[in-house]
Amino acid sequence: MRAFTYERAKDAGAAARAVAGNPSAKFIAGGTNLLDLMKIEVEVPTHLVDVQDLGFDKIEATLEGGLRIGALVTNTDLAADERIRRDYGVLTRAIVAGASGQLRNKASTGGNLLQRTRCPYFYDTNMACNKRKPGSGCSAIGGYSRQLGVIGVSGSCIATFPGDMAVAMRVLDAVVETVDGSGKRRSIPMADFHRLWGDTPQQDTVLRQGELITAVTLPKPLGGKHFYEKVRDRASYAYALVSVAAVIQPDGTGRVAFGGVAPKPWRVEAADALLPQGAAAVTARAFQGATPTKDNAFKLPLATRALASVLAEAKA
Amino acid sequence: MTLISEVELSRRGLLAGSAATAVIAATPVAAAPLTQQQAAAAPTMPVRFKVNGQQRELNLDPRTTLLDSLREHLHLTGTKKGCDHGQCGACTVMVDGVRINSCLSLAVMHDGDEITTIEGLGTPDKLHPMQAAFIKHDGYQCGYCTPGQICSAVAVLDEIKRGVPSHAQEDLTVRPTATNVEMRERMSGNICRCGAYSNIADAMAEVAGAKA
Repeated sequence: MRAFTYERAKDAGAAARAVAGNPSAKFIAGGTNLLDLMKIEVEVPTHLVDVQDLGFDKIEATLEGGLRIGALVTNTDLAADERIRRDYGVLTRAIVAGASGQLRNKASTGGNLLQRTRCPYFYDTNMACNKRKPGSGCSAIGGYSRQLGVIGVSGSCIATFPGDMAVAMRVLDAVVETVDGSGKRRSIPMADFHRLWGDTPQQDTVLRQGELITAVTLPKPLGGKHFYEKVRDRASYAYALVSVAAVIQPDGTGRVAFGGVAPKPWRVEAADALLPQGAAAVTARAFQGATPTKDNAFKLPLATRALASVLAEAKA
Repeated sequence: MTLISEVELSRRGLLAGSAATAVIAATPVAAAPLTQQQAAAAPTMPVRFKVNGQQRELNLDPRTTLLDSLREHLHLTGTKKGCDHGQCGACTVMVDGVRINSCLSLAVMHDGDEITTIEGLGTPDKLHPMQAAFIKHDGYQCGYCTPGQICSAVAVLDEIKRGVPSHAQEDLTVRPTATNVEMRERMSGNICRCGAYSNIADAMAEVAGAKA
């Protein structure tokens, strides 16, 4: 690990200013992904600003009838919250389907949104990777791509966003709240938070240097039945090959987002509208224009079957 | 003496290496060379925390993980370094009563915290019930992952007691109970190369039953 200096911030404004004023500074919360990447020198910050004391560790009701989740609420505490379990079951299900108990105890809500891809070529510093080293090429294209993206990818990067929690938040139309180095606040819909790679895969999200996530808000509950179906290579503690987050209403309408397939949680509202027609109609629309590789083309029928399983359970 | 210490070193290196290769390596790891500037030692920082009930003070390079502070600085070598990337669980300790991977946390981030390691759970003369149950049910072979397994197992039973939900639950509104399926799901962050899983689950079941 390369050397860095460390400070423990006392308030959000000072934390944001410290990182905004130093292009090689980073925030650290749980640290479970950042430290992993710092050990292999994929991440090389020269200064860390620890945000654990900023007090964003509560889940509060909003005036609109939803919930405001502090950015430092751990995955474990978020999944265990009575209101989340009762009214936003898809979110609890997605969180407990991810990582391990130890990691969920440390991982924060804000940090989880910022976890970086698990593409093996991003991790291997001997390989070309436009995300790790812009302009160096992409070893994944034409390489081992079984786990990688099938839609929303580009000629410079075919990595996926690896998380589960954000896929559920996309279905719930969550909004990410931030504050930047100048004290300016903004609210970013989950739909717009993660980027498609295009020619700049090094930039995962729309956040700017020094922009700090303070909370994630959930709109009022949707009702319906909540599902998170995750298909993976082992029964627990593995990334999704394909995951389906869905909220299905008694009349068969609903919402669905897919994980493990794209640079961001993949939801197409026009495909949601086809839910009453069954899984094949939904995925045909949601994955229109998909560009799978020979190795990961299986993800397309797998997505249809995972959704079919959810819809069958919704009817039961 | 030189020979002995060399043998000791290589044995440790071999064990650490074996544990690391036991973990499914979906992500190949390679280190990049250090730049001159960043290779220089960083100034140390004071860290104060309580380990197994005892107040400790250290001056550490901020890069020092909680795991390395315990093993290399406080010489509490019960906690093991397996993969050093959060994939194997050998480094599991409890911080303020909650289990974490000590390899994926910086020591400086734990100023003021209370840490419990395997040494703090029990001693050879006064075993923790989970340690006794692991012995009784043969919950290990080589023993390398065992301290992490035991710390995790103790924390898992507490999580079930507190009603923390898991992927194994059908109904999220019902309180979880210490069934075999629940315990296996919750222990998935602790890998055992020797495959002692079924005996670990038996040991946990005995402790869970004794508590109920």
